[in-house]
Amino acid sequence: MAEQNSGAGLVVGIGGWTVAAVRRTGAATIFMLRVLAASGVSLRRVRLTLREIYFAGTLSLVIIMVSGLFVGMVLGMQGYETLQTYGSEEKLGVLVALSLVRELGPVVAALLFASRAGSAITAEIGLMKATDQLAAMEMMAVDPVARVVAPRFWGAVLSMPLLAALFSSLGILGAYLVGVSLLGVDEGAFWSQMQAAVDVRQDVLNGVVKSIVFGIGIATVATFEGFDAPPTAEGVSRATTRTVVHSSLLILALDLVLTGFMLQIWGH
Amino acid sequence: MTATDDAMVMVESLEFGYTSAASVLRDITLEVPRGKVVALMGGSGCGKTTLLRLISGQLRAREGRVLVAGEDMAALDREGLYRMRRRMGMLFQLGALFTDMTVFENIAFQMREHTMLPDDAVRDLVLMKLEAVGLRGAARLMPSELSGGMARRVALARAVALDPMLVLYDEPFAGLDPISLSVVGQLIRRSNDALGATSIVVTHDVQESLSIVDYVYLMAEGRIVAEGTPDAMRACEEPRVRQFIRGGMDGPVEFHYPAGDYARDLALQDIHG
Repeated sequence: MAEQNSGAGLVVGIGGWTVAAVRRTGAATIFMLRVLAASGVSLRRVRLTLREIYFAGTLSLVIIMVSGLFVGMVLGMQGYETLQTYGSEEKLGVLVALSLVRELGPVVAALLFASRAGSAITAEIGLMKATDQLAAMEMMAVDPVARVVAPRFWGAVLSMPLLAALFSSLGILGAYLVGVSLLGVDEGAFWSQMQAAVDVRQDVLNGVVKSIVFGIGIATVATFEGFDAPPTAEGVSRATTRTVVHSSLLILALDLVLTGFMLQIWGH
Repeated sequence: MTATDDAMVMVESLEFGYTSAASVLRDITLEVPRGKVVALMGGSGCGKTTLLRLISGQLRAREGRVLVAGEDMAALDREGLYRMRRRMGMLFQLGALFTDMTVFENIAFQMREHTMLPDDAVRDLVLMKLEAVGLRGAARLMPSELSGGMARRVALARAVALDPMLVLYDEPFAGLDPISLSVVGQLIRRSNDALGATSIVVTHDVQESLSIVDYVYLMAEGRIVAEGTPDAMRACEEPRVRQFIRGGMDGPVEFHYPAGDYARDLALQDIHG
């Protein structure tokens, strides 16, 4: 009897968790549509969005560029090690460029961006809510979704593809430093093979599309969690954690789906 | 107070609860005449702030009506509500200054959002508002650099930035030292009279509010239990009013939150057998 009860409890628990997760996803989607509908102010008053691009994008430059450089250097070392077994070390440029542009660039940059900028957006909006700043704005007949949320949303969406591009570029530079300068791969082969193998549409464009989609995902999760946070210290701290966890999972899930679609479309 | 057409705010038979089971406010009827400063007083948790949120349209009543300048707040759509709020100012409990803007930008915020005033005019108006609260010299400071009393004065200047017809103050005296408390009190009175506005002050600070307001509504457990001029309230012998005004520990409002038997909670019954 007790076993039956615990079995039923488990089913009820899973059911409850699923319903709550679906409801929250729905609420976040509706919130995103509300942000899009209220984006007129951000587009008209470009300064508001530029300020957020600075906070989300420019201030993330250091971590993105340093990480890109290191990831590229490691890829260079690992790639060289494997390729030289087959005597194809001149393919190092291709290997690194394709790995970065198609996958690692958008995905790792997005994961870093979610931790660095997504969490900051959630904490800032959550604290503004907890200290009645959003309610004060409402009382001044200014929509906080249009004035506070939308500029941050667009700041994140616009920064993301640029940061991913920089991550990939610095990664390629890192692989060049390790592969060509340190391990002796032929410089001409490194660049020319890369140039011949990397396709603008199939590779670069796909990477850009991915990073834009990740940017929308991170911006939605970060602004929704901040706006929806319980107005307490604990509420804001939990919301910030949820932003990092949920947007990281969302990035990985979206990457799987997008990669599937893209391979299907381009017939790789 | 008797009902008149000259009321800025009329609340009629208002009922409100955050859940359908429990009512926070019951049968509230009150009137705030134009040009007056009216206090809503009562202990913590008696529903004062909730009533203020109903008057400002942040919450909607379950039953009854809230009329501001003759308009039913519950019947207004978002646009109507925003139109109304442009003529209202509100000072939040802890100031709620925008922490990413300077003092100057905080006061200029509504002017920039709602008017087409040129920068020079905005600057002059902001400096005049700051001068009125004695903080013109603090225009370039960030809110984090202000003391509690200064932040409250800036919030007050922001609340009246667009010369509103109605100003709502939510606990303007909470957490202030005696000097700041008196300054904020005088500023509320002075700005109300200078602007020809109407003010509602939600507070549990008895002495300061009785010295600046024209009329007092005393609330307890979601109802209005007494009303009158400050002098009438001071002279009132009704036990609940007397306890609140004089700050007595014993009276109709009990010191203890309802609890079970004290001896049993301490497990003393075993010792006594």
